[in-house]
Amino acid sequence: METNHAPRPEETGSRPSAVGAMVEMTMREALNQAMVEEMERDENVFLIGEEVGSYNGAYKVSQGMLERFGSRRVVDAPISENAFTGLGVGAAMTGLRPIVEFMSFNFSLVAFDQIISNAAKTLYMSGGQFNVPMVMRGAGGPAAQVAAQHSHSLEGLFAHFPGLKVVMPSTPADAKGLLKTSIRDDNPVVFIENELLYGVSGPVPAGELLLPLGQAVIRSEGSDVTIIAHSRMNHVLRMALEEFSREGISVELIDPRTIKPLDVETLARSVRKTHRAVIVEEGHRFAGVGAQIADDLYTACFDYLDAPIARVTHTENPTPYASNLEQASLPSVAEVVKAARAVLYRG
Amino acid sequence: MAEPAFTQKEEGFRADNGRGEGRTIPGALTEKQRETLEELGREGLLERYRLMYMIRNFEQRSEQAYQQKKIGGFLHLYMGQEALGVGMLGAIGPRDYVVTSYRDHGVALALGLEPGPLMAELFGKETGISRGRGGSMHFFSKEKNFLGGHGIVGGQIPIGLGAAFTARYRAEGQVSLIFFGDGALQQGAFHEAANIASLWELPAIFIIENNRYGMGTSVERSSSVQDLTLKARGYNMEGVQVDGMNLLDCHALMKEAVASRRQNPRPLLVEARTYRFRGHSISDPATYRAREEVESYQRLDPLRQVRGLLEEMGWLNEQEARELEKKVRDEVLAAVRFADESPLPDPAGLGRYVYA
Ligand SMILES: Cc1ncc(C[n+]2csc(CCOP(=O)(O)OP(=O)(O)O)c2C)c(N)n1
Ligand SMILES: [Mg+2]
Repeated sequence: METNHAPRPEETGSRPSAVGAMVEMTMREALNQAMVEEMERDENVFLIGEEVGSYNGAYKVSQGMLERFGSRRVVDAPISENAFTGLGVGAAMTGLRPIVEFMSFNFSLVAFDQIISNAAKTLYMSGGQFNVPMVMRGAGGPAAQVAAQHSHSLEGLFAHFPGLKVVMPSTPADAKGLLKTSIRDDNPVVFIENELLYGVSGPVPAGELLLPLGQAVIRSEGSDVTIIAHSRMNHVLRMALEEFSREGISVELIDPRTIKPLDVETLARSVRKTHRAVIVEEGHRFAGVGAQIADDLYTACFDYLDAPIARVTHTENPTPYASNLEQASLPSVAEVVKAARAVLYRG
Repeated sequence: MAEPAFTQKEEGFRADNGRGEGRTIPGALTEKQRETLEELGREGLLERYRLMYMIRNFEQRSEQAYQQKKIGGFLHLYMGQEALGVGMLGAIGPRDYVVTSYRDHGVALALGLEPGPLMAELFGKETGISRGRGGSMHFFSKEKNFLGGHGIVGGQIPIGLGAAFTARYRAEGQVSLIFFGDGALQQGAFHEAANIASLWELPAIFIIENNRYGMGTSVERSSSVQDLTLKARGYNMEGVQVDGMNLLDCHALMKEAVASRRQNPRPLLVEARTYRFRGHSISDPATYRAREEVESYQRLDPLRQVRGLLEEMGWLNEQEARELEKKVRDEVLAAVRFADESPLPDPAGLGRYVYA
C-alpha cells in the first residue's frame, strides 16, 4: 500500500524552511524548543505525561515549560499510561492537539491498546469522521545497563500498524524540525527519541524549522556500500565513518529519520548506485524494521544488488544487564564494518 | 478493613424498585417521578417512547437481516436496555460528548441518528454511518459528538475521559458521558480514568450499564462488591444507583447530574441496573441464565412500562399507539431497504481514511 511510503518532496512541495544562522544546542534543547514554539503558536497544543511539569521532565526535555504555560497546558499525570494516552486520543478527537510524553517508551506497552486500537484505528473505523492529531513521544531504545524491561526498541511494533506514523530523529536539528511537523500532523505520530542522544549537541537552524515526515537524509556520500541506520545507530556510525575509510570502504550513510512513512526512493536510489546495502538497528532481528527495509529494497532494486542485503541487529535475547553481555547484544561499529566487508566480498 | 454492607445481597437484584409487575401506575409514582413526568410532558414522553420503540424494532430487523446473512461479524443487541440509553441521552445537550462500547445501536439511535445509515453500516455499505468500515460495533457521529462504539472492553473509557478533559480545557460547560458494562468495570482503564477524573475534577459521567452479565459471567462472579457504586468511593467520587429499566429515573438522574456538572465540573459514577433480553451477541443462546430470571425482567420491559404510563396518563390511546408504532416500523423497513439497495464500498477505496 502506497500510504506506507513517503510521497516525494517534489510532490509535497515541502522543504526545510530555515535559512541562515545556526545555533548549537542539544537534542534535549531542540525538542524543548519545538514544543515551546508549537504551544506558543497553537492554544490547542498541550503536554501531558509523568513528571513533565514540576519535575521538569524525567529527562528534562520539558524544562521550564510548566512555568511558561501553567498547569492547564503542562499536565502532570499519575502513573496511568493507559488512561492518559487514551485521554490524549479523546482530546484529539474533540479538537485538541495533545503531546503525550512517555517517561520512556518501555512504559507505552501498558498503553498499547490505546495506541493501536484507538489512536491508530479511529479515523478508519469512523469512516473518516474522527482523526487523531496527537504526538506520543519520549525516550526509546536500549539505554545503558538498564536491563531487559527498560531496553525495548518498539519502532517495528508501532510501524506495523496502518494509521500510525513513526519518527526517530538522530540529530538536534532533525529532532526540532520533525517534532514541530509531527505536532502539526493530523495523524497520531509515535515520536521516539533516544535517551543516550539527549545530551548530544549539534547545529540547529535558527528560526522556524519544519522538516517533512518521510524524507530520508544522506549523512555521508559514498560509492561502495549503502548503510541504513536510524536513531542512535545512525549517530554512532556517523561518528565512526573513519573506521570505514581506514578499511578502504566508501560508505553512503543514510538516516531514514521516519520509519513510517519510509522514504524508500532515497534508499533505493543509493542502492542502485552502490549495489550493496547493510541495514542496522537496535531492535531484534526477527520482524524488525530492517526486514521491511530489505523487502522494500529487494522489490525496488533487486537487479542492482551485487550481494544479498546484510542486517546488523540486536541479538535474539532480551537485553541483559551485565555490560559485556549488553554490548554483545547490541549492534556495534565493528559488526557493521564486518557486514560491509562481507557484502563487498572482502570477507 | 470493614467491608461496607452489601445492601443488594439481601434485597436481591431488583430492577423494578419494588413496584411489582413492571406496570408503572401514575398513582404509584414517587414525587420525583411525577415531577419528571410533568417536565417531559406528553410530547417529551411520546418522543422517548418513539425512540425506544425504534431501537427495539431496529434490532429485531437487524436480527432478521443477520439470519439472512445480510449482516456479518458480531451483533450485540441492546434490547431491554432502551430506557437507560433513551432516558439518559434525552437529558443531555447537543454539544455534550458520548462514547460507548460495541453495544452501541441503542446509543446511536437515542442520540437521534437516522436508522438508514446505521442499518447500512450493519450491511457493510458505503452509505453506512462509518462508510462500512466499522460495522455494528463502530458507529460514530461527528455531528452528534458521538465518539463511537468501541470493541475492546473498557477501551473507550479513557477516550471519554479525554473528551471531559477537552471540555474542561476549553471551559465550555460540556460533559462527557461514558457508557460501559459491568464487565468493563473491572478493567484497569476504568480505574485509571476514574482516579484522573476525580483528581482533575473533569466532567466525566461514568455509566455502568449493569445488565448483570459480561458474556456468561455474572456480576456475582466478577465483582468483589455487588453494589458497584462502591467503586466510586476509593476515587473520592460520587456514586449513585438508578433503575435502568425506568425511563423517568434515568432521565431525572442525568438531567440533574449534567446541570450541576456544567456549573461545577466533577465526575460521577452511575450504576444503572438493567438487563439484556438477548444473549451477549447474536450467536449466544444465553443458556447460563435461568428462564425465570429472564422472564422476571421481561415483565419489566421498559417499552411496556412507558407505553403503559402513556396510556394511564391518557396521553396515548390504543389507536394512536398503533399508528405511532406502525410509523416507526415503516421507517425501519425503509432503513433496511436503503441499506439493501446501497452500494458496497468500492475496494479501490480500501486505503481511504487510513491517514488524515
Ligand atoms: C479487552 C477485552 N477482553 C475481552 C473481550 C471479549 N468480550 C467482549 S464483550 C465481553 C463482555 C463484556 O461485558 P460487559 O462489560 O458487562 O458489557 P455487556 O456486553 O454486558 O454490555 C467480553 C469478555 C473484549 N472485547 N475485550
Ligand atoms: Mg454486562
